[in-house]
Amino acid sequence: MNWDWSAVSDFMPDFWEGLLVTLQILVLGSLISFVLGLVWALLMRVPSRWVTWPVGAVTEFVRNTPLLVQLFFLFYVLPEWGLTFSALTTGVFAIGLHYSTYTMQVYRAGIEAVPAGQWEAATALNLPLRRTWTAVILPQAVRRVVPALGNYVIAMLKDTPMLMAITVLEMLGHARLFSQEHFQFTEPLTVIGVAFIVISYLASLALRVLERRLVH
Amino acid sequence: MSTDTLPNPEKNPTRSGGELIRLEQVTKRFGDHTVLDHLDFSVDAGKHVTLIGPSGSGKTTILRLLMTLTKPDEGTITVDGERLFPAPEKQVREVRKKIGMVFQQFNLFPNMTVLRNITEAPVTVLGMSKDAAEERARELLELVGLTDHLDKHPAQLSGGQQQRVAIARALAMRPQVLLLDEVTSALDPELVAGVLDVLRDIARSTDITMLCVTHEMNFARDISDQVLMFDSGRIIEAGPPEKIFSEPEKDRTREFLSAVL
Repeated sequence: MNWDWSAVSDFMPDFWEGLLVTLQILVLGSLISFVLGLVWALLMRVPSRWVTWPVGAVTEFVRNTPLLVQLFFLFYVLPEWGLTFSALTTGVFAIGLHYSTYTMQVYRAGIEAVPAGQWEAATALNLPLRRTWTAVILPQAVRRVVPALGNYVIAMLKDTPMLMAITVLEMLGHARLFSQEHFQFTEPLTVIGVAFIVISYLASLALRVLERRLVH
Repeated sequence: MSTDTLPNPEKNPTRSGGELIRLEQVTKRFGDHTVLDHLDFSVDAGKHVTLIGPSGSGKTTILRLLMTLTKPDEGTITVDGERLFPAPEKQVREVRKKIGMVFQQFNLFPNMTVLRNITEAPVTVLGMSKDAAEERARELLELVGLTDHLDKHPAQLSGGQQQRVAIARALAMRPQVLLLDEVTSALDPELVAGVLDVLRDIARSTDITMLCVTHEMNFARDISDQVLMFDSGRIIEAGPPEKIFSEPEKDRTREFLSAVL
């Protein structure tokens, strides 16, 4: 096996393009999963089976079917219903939706971990329900779940190459294209492997800083 | 000490001396266990009433029913002439404004500063301006002796300090009734006196109606107009503190007092 530095430098322009796409998927996918997961978690607390049953069924279904199947489904079936999006948009939505079914469980645990006394104090002060959620419960719940959400960001990073299946060229996609064109596999695959480690390390550092800032 | 921040008849009119709280035929069960059994009981405005009795006798349940933290299975609850139970949610919210509560575990909001803990409800519930609410919070903190801690978070305070903030927070809503649920039970012994002194001050200098569940019998003797002895969900003896503590009529009361005093 020969290591060729010139192959590395040849790959670099493609690599930067792929990195940008990977980071877009990661950042936007995370945001979607954070917001949507919270929405699911809150809907599951609505005291009506007409809400909790469908939300529970849909999220259970999404959580227990492969992301790859969901990617193909959204990419090939949505256009048949007249909904056409770019591959990247579809992929970001799919991965965000998939991970939201995990983050909802994290939020649920965080919400349930807020002591009953906090609800009781809010009742005793006559705070409206909405205000109780936004000012008392959620700030405490979210603080507790940041580490767990962070783990899903790292997991999502490792799933971003799946978007290759629906033609999104992220880091692995570019590495594969480059390899096939130049018959050089070692260098591009090594470069993106290192990039994955660096991104997840930086992400976990950022999360640790965030965690420390949230604990006053 | 400034007392104008506290409830008084002009600002928060109560039919002075009249009946403020009435429970009629209130029954509360948890599973098979009947905590309160067709209880009738009323409190006049401005009175300080202490509920004593063994644990599980239903004292705390009465406070929780009045604060609407739990619902009775039967019976009615009326506060200041208005129905609290059964009543539509909108009415419950109105009637509940008359009641404040201090909890055994303080239950301050850990994500807010001391100042915000106190101003949150006056601003969002009573619609006070932020400035007015903060000014009142400062006065109340002076009353409970905590002026230096405005910008701290609850976790930075001792249990006794947290409980005094909780008292200020409850008073900031100008309730007519203050419910005190074993407010010193979770405190280290050396911190109890500070909290009780604050409550004695409030009992002496305001006309707020107090319902107090406590194991601090000296405190109960100091502040109470009336002491109610509970056993198995019923009031078995009631009277002024001098009588209950010195010459109780019931053997059960005597037994209980000799065990706790």
